[in-house]
Amino acid sequence: MNWSLIIYAGIITFVTRFSMIFLLKKDILNNKAKKILSFVPAAIFPAIIFPPIFLDNAGTLYLDSNPKILAAIFAIIVGFFSKNIIATIFAGLISYWFLIFFYF
Amino acid sequence: MNNKLKTLIKGIINVSPLMIPVVPFGIIYGVIGMDLGIGPYMTLGLSIIIFGGASQIVLLQLFSGGASSLVILSSVGAVNARHVLYGAVLSEHLSGLKISWKIVLSYVMTDQAFAVSNDYFKKNNKDSNQHYHLLGSGFTCWTIWQISTILGIVLGSIVPEELGLSFTISLTFLALLISDFRKFKNIIVMFVSGSVATIGYNTIPFKAYIIVAALLALIVAALLTLIDLEKK
Repeated sequence: MNWSLIIYAGIITFVTRFSMIFLLKKDILNNKAKKILSFVPAAIFPAIIFPPIFLDNAGTLYLDSNPKILAAIFAIIVGFFSKNIIATIFAGLISYWFLIFFYF
Repeated sequence: MNNKLKTLIKGIINVSPLMIPVVPFGIIYGVIGMDLGIGPYMTLGLSIIIFGGASQIVLLQLFSGGASSLVILSSVGAVNARHVLYGAVLSEHLSGLKISWKIVLSYVMTDQAFAVSNDYFKKNNKDSNQHYHLLGSGFTCWTIWQISTILGIVLGSIVPEELGLSFTISLTFLALLISDFRKFKNIIVMFVSGSVATIGYNTIPFKAYIIVAALLALIVAALLTLIDLEKK
């Protein structure tokens, strides 16, 4: 590992964050574009959420008695009704612990 | 208390619950860095210079696997490409700021800070000091990430792997989507994104599965939006 690699990686990361904030001027986006961009969280977060839940450490699909899928479903149900972020996280974590320590 | 400070504190408070899983994640990162033998300064240096958890771990994994610099940098870019979309979303609210503000806010813009501050911006569109919210949420993420990196460097693996704390990362992002669960179009977009990422996890090179999945999901979102507009 050398510092120049770290600095290049840092510059690339910064550019991904800075580019649009720097380039886009106010009102350059029409309502249609804004409407589509409002889907950004829904378009990105599941791509972060799904693989670690549905794939095992070797990267193969793991659907049979997978405690993470069940705990995630429970978290979704709690989130749907409570609309509370903390309640959702803890519902998922506690049900996951319950499943791995007592059930599986 | 003036309005700027109030907004800043609101940003700190809003993002705080999302920091719970960041602590074990940062510790795990610090432990990996030390295990790979890059030393405490470079381990912390990565956290300060890159400041992007997943991309730092990808960088270390590829480096330890002997990947070339080109592959490593492409992968870091692919993992972090989602920030381009965050920037596009937030630009509407930040375009009037001075360049120095844009630089600082870009540096601290993480998934969690984006999620809570974007929500705040949408609800407080008229507030001229709204960027203080992102400053508060972003620097909270930054501080927690640096402290937990140092904890990982100093303490080593104190977090037992059996607790499955890495699962809380998934849960955090899931919790950030709770307001989308009630909208049918968003559910379709979420399903496309998650399915493409799961299928592409092993097949898409340079760890680009997140941005590929996100772009495909956005195309679906665009189609759904256009169909909707056509009906009206």
